[in-house]
Amino acid sequence: MSLDAAAVARIARLARIRVTDDEKTHLASELSQVMDWIDQLQSVDTDGVEPLTSVVGARLKTRADVVILNVTRDDVLANAPEGMAGFFTVPKVVE
Amino acid sequence: MSLTHLTIAESLKKLGSGEITSAELTEAHLKAMEGARALNAFIVETPELAMDQAKAVDAKWSKAGGKGERKPLEGLPLAIKDLFCTKGVQTTAGSKILEGFIPHYESTVTANLWRDGAVMLGKVNLDEFAMGSSNMTSAFGPVESPWKRRGDNRPLVPGGSSGGSAAAVAARIAPGATGTDTGGSIRQPAAFCGIVGVKPTYGRCSRWGVVAFASSLDQAGAFARTVEDTAIMLGSMAGYDPQDSTSVDVPVPDYRAATGRSVKGLRIGIPKEYRVDGMPGEIDALWRQGEQWFRDAGAEIVEISLPHTQYALATYYIVAPAECSSNLARYDGVRYGLRVPGKDLTEQYEATRAEGFGAEVKRRILIGTYVLSAGYFDAYYIKAQKVRALIARDFSDAFKSCDLILTPTAPSAAFALGEKSDDPIAMYLNDVFTVPASLAGLPGISVPAGLDAGGLPLGLQLIGRPFDEETVFAGAAALEKAAAFSAVPQIIAA
Repeated sequence: MSLDAAAVARIARLARIRVTDDEKTHLASELSQVMDWIDQLQSVDTDGVEPLTSVVGARLKTRADVVILNVTRDDVLANAPEGMAGFFTVPKVVE
Repeated sequence: MSLTHLTIAESLKKLGSGEITSAELTEAHLKAMEGARALNAFIVETPELAMDQAKAVDAKWSKAGGKGERKPLEGLPLAIKDLFCTKGVQTTAGSKILEGFIPHYESTVTANLWRDGAVMLGKVNLDEFAMGSSNMTSAFGPVESPWKRRGDNRPLVPGGSSGGSAAAVAARIAPGATGTDTGGSIRQPAAFCGIVGVKPTYGRCSRWGVVAFASSLDQAGAFARTVEDTAIMLGSMAGYDPQDSTSVDVPVPDYRAATGRSVKGLRIGIPKEYRVDGMPGEIDALWRQGEQWFRDAGAEIVEISLPHTQYALATYYIVAPAECSSNLARYDGVRYGLRVPGKDLTEQYEATRAEGFGAEVKRRILIGTYVLSAGYFDAYYIKAQKVRALIARDFSDAFKSCDLILTPTAPSAAFALGEKSDDPIAMYLNDVFTVPASLAGLPGISVPAGLDAGGLPLGLQLIGRPFDEETVFAGAAALEKAAAFSAVPQIIAA
């Protein structure tokens, strides 16, 4: 599985990570190498095998449907790089 | 004997008898921490907090007249991997993107340690988001191992990702430390640093408040210099937590008592597929020596087969990056951490994440994003989860004919800083013996068992059945006794 610079650009866009043109070329060769190595899995016979979803086979517990509020709004906002009037702020997204 | 050379068991005994105070014990370790700063083991030191906690313990104890019941870890100083959220103390996961993040809550594992009376020395360094086997991916600089190869002054890696934890315990800066293990991040650094590291069964320790890397694999565990000490620590760390949906509601047994159990009659499995090509002769010899130690202790050695072993690393490098790409989507520069402005929101995300994440983390996010993307999900992620099921089945089949599995912990001793950093796959191969048990969620421990020709520690790994840490501890204690590992690193703090 070979990835080119255009493929890296597409993946990086999906992952919301900016990459420069130099990085794209470098990453394309690095990621191709890793994907080639990973491709060995295609040779394993997995017919009729269920994908593993839980290693301990535990069933998820349910809990009472009640609100547990152990943080304040100020706690939640305390680490925000920018905020205003009790809100997180981001660049304008609606024209 | 210097207080920093005491084991956890010895320290707790001396604290209980009044021979030493927590303030004295804590102060000795803080001094050692200062003296060993060159190792870069700590990201944040918390000396004031530590002394406050220690003095509070001492005051309570003296008020009670030095009598009564003590909590399991009362007055014991510990180092905490900087992946565990600690209320009011910066938690970074070794990443620039979380620099300055001060959690307003405490992880369940650390809360359990404080509940049991432990004292925090500081937050120890790690590979960025626990992704690495050398501690070289930390945004706060690499950790240096306290060990040196004979006749070679080059700095060595402590292993990773819990490299700061392992280095601190080996250098006698802390008697014990927490770690996390996703594919070997406790067992491999324990082996490299000549100490004991245990990863319990997935679900034993709560993941709540632990910065997530790969949620189906991440599990907390303990480092210390003896098997008994790791058993003491894990006894406090483990336990059901309703805040982690994968935490398992089963009682935590008396791990410390289990270290005293006999291994007579136990069947020790030797997986033939672990005799990999190019494994150094001295590691193979140590492995055979381990078999002999078990025979001498009355255990039986049986050959077992784990036929899908060769696919474990490739499986891991699909599952772990996939889960990482999903978990790390939260670092958006909006709610916490670094923000790099852009002209619109998308640009801000892209600039923040480009600047905030290091090269290895980006590489894994990109691989994960790719294998989860439309058209590739079935071919990669689902395929990997199917192979993972086969790997887990290999183990459950093997445990029909054995009680524990004995393997080397890592395919080599510690390497020099920068020695393997240009080839990601060569670095990934470090985890060849630890990843399979992680994929199957099984408990594992690394015990220091010997030295290589250069005088560097080598570890042996024991893998147990799900939730059977007790047999793992019993086997590890037997290995420890037979190996009688007494080497100390060249750089010993104060």
